[in-house]
Amino acid sequence: MKILTVENLSKSFGGIHANRDISFDVEEGSILGVIGPNGAGKSTLFDLITGFTKADTGKVKFFDKDIFGISPDKISNLGVGRTFQKLKPFADQTLLENVMIGAFVKEKDIKRARDRALEIIDFVDLIEKRHHFAKELSTGQRKRLEMARAMAIDPKLLLMDEVTGGVDQKTIPGLVELVKKLKKTGVTIITIEHNINIIMEISDNVLALDQGKRIALGEPKEIQNNKQVIDAYLGTFDAA
Amino acid sequence: MDSKLAIAKSEPIWNTNVRVISIIAGLIILLFALPLFGMNSFYLHLFIMIFMHAVMAQSWNVIAGFSGQISLGHGAFFGIGAYATSFFYMEYGVTPWISIFFGMLVSAIFAVLIGIPMLRLSGHYFAIATLLIGISFQVVFQRWDLVGAASGLWVTMTPEDSWSALQFHSSKAPYYYVFLIFFLITFFLVWLLSRSKLGYRLRAVRDDPQAALSLCINVSNYKIIAYVISAIIMAPMGSLFAQYILIIDPDRVFNIEISIIVLLITVLGGIGNVWGPIIGAAILVPISEYSRIYLGGTGGAVDLIFYGLILMIICIFKPNGLISFVPKDILERKKQR
Repeated sequence: MKILTVENLSKSFGGIHANRDISFDVEEGSILGVIGPNGAGKSTLFDLITGFTKADTGKVKFFDKDIFGISPDKISNLGVGRTFQKLKPFADQTLLENVMIGAFVKEKDIKRARDRALEIIDFVDLIEKRHHFAKELSTGQRKRLEMARAMAIDPKLLLMDEVTGGVDQKTIPGLVELVKKLKKTGVTIITIEHNINIIMEISDNVLALDQGKRIALGEPKEIQNNKQVIDAYLGTFDAA
Repeated sequence: MDSKLAIAKSEPIWNTNVRVISIIAGLIILLFALPLFGMNSFYLHLFIMIFMHAVMAQSWNVIAGFSGQISLGHGAFFGIGAYATSFFYMEYGVTPWISIFFGMLVSAIFAVLIGIPMLRLSGHYFAIATLLIGISFQVVFQRWDLVGAASGLWVTMTPEDSWSALQFHSSKAPYYYVFLIFFLITFFLVWLLSRSKLGYRLRAVRDDPQAALSLCINVSNYKIIAYVISAIIMAPMGSLFAQYILIIDPDRVFNIEISIIVLLITVLGGIGNVWGPIIGAAILVPISEYSRIYLGGTGGAVDLIFYGLILMIICIFKPNGLISFVPKDILERKKQR
């Protein structure tokens, strides 16, 4: 079953086309990796899907529901969670409080919200840090915090912007394992990632963007050998 | 791993520090007992002003400290509360005990009307807009004949003390208790708010509106809710103040100074913290009252110079307010390792 269907989604800022006629769909329970050079429009695509930026034209369907033009809080309420490239923890609140704010979507009672938050914090392996303020956590831990907080709303679809971006090499494998563990819970994932090896390892399908346009969509192996993708990453030499 | 989770789940949600609770209970009993020891009317007045300003600052704390919107026109709700009780009492003989609720209702309605367009503005723009709204209320009431225009309302005095008219001429002690009870109720309710789901969500809106949106929180609605709650807390103080001084005019109850002072008190005590406004009021109000005594009318603004100095020192050395002097292990959100 298709969990997300995107058709001809476009957005320009002034004269710059951040996203041009992008179409793709995502199977429930799969991981879609989104790759592309800097400025390819990956984060813009996330903002368009989650309603943080209004698209100019196009269609976005979550299951059978049209979510184009709906406000971000309503979209998240339908079951679309997200993390941010530039991390946005509630800095002056503890890890537990951060996750509880998400957990309140499903649990009205404070004790049950707390217990639910703790279970998720345990899932992301940060249980010992639960009473630490978010600003005291390392970047890797804050990435886990954002994942935990997004999971707390019990999303069917989770969009993760650069899970391994900005963390040191030693931290990366743990985060990758966490994404795999997350997939096993049945949640569908769309992830932006710069590290091609990771994308190839975790994704069922890969969407490649360049200059706001979709240049390829397929299984990781196909994408790896796709000429346009290679050109976009390495550049082409025009013999004039 | 399971055992760590089980331990975490078995923790109490809030730390209850028996020592702190007993100190607070003791202070409350002391506050109730104080007038029995023959406090003179100056001290009664001083405490009344502390209670009143603490509640007013708490009102500002809800919108600014909890939801992160700096309002510079909060005096408007104080004035609305003051005029609501006085006007309905004088025109229709409605007891202030009921018209206090009119004041709260009208303030809430204005908070919604102002909040819907204004809370779309972010940061400084919201602050400037509320500043202008605060001033415009003063201007409107200065020219509105129905409510006495610039000369204001002189509340009809009862011949003797009256609980139903909320007027006491022989002693300030009844006022003391009325303000004290409002003060305690307000603080208890705001304390509950800070621990509720709503409190969590307001802090989310304050700390990062975008992250809040990603967690199903309708940021604009929550800002409006905070603004309305804040207005509802402020209005009764205007109502009680009107009954206390019995003469209200636009220059007094819609004064821009009210909006500034609630900000100063909160920032001094500790913004975003339930206890901050109490600490701030307990320090700034006596400074203001004593400077008025010792410096008289000519030194009317000297207290503001003091405020300015104290605030500068606080902002430089203790940006989280005086509450940050309280040892960490007493504060509720203590870390357990």
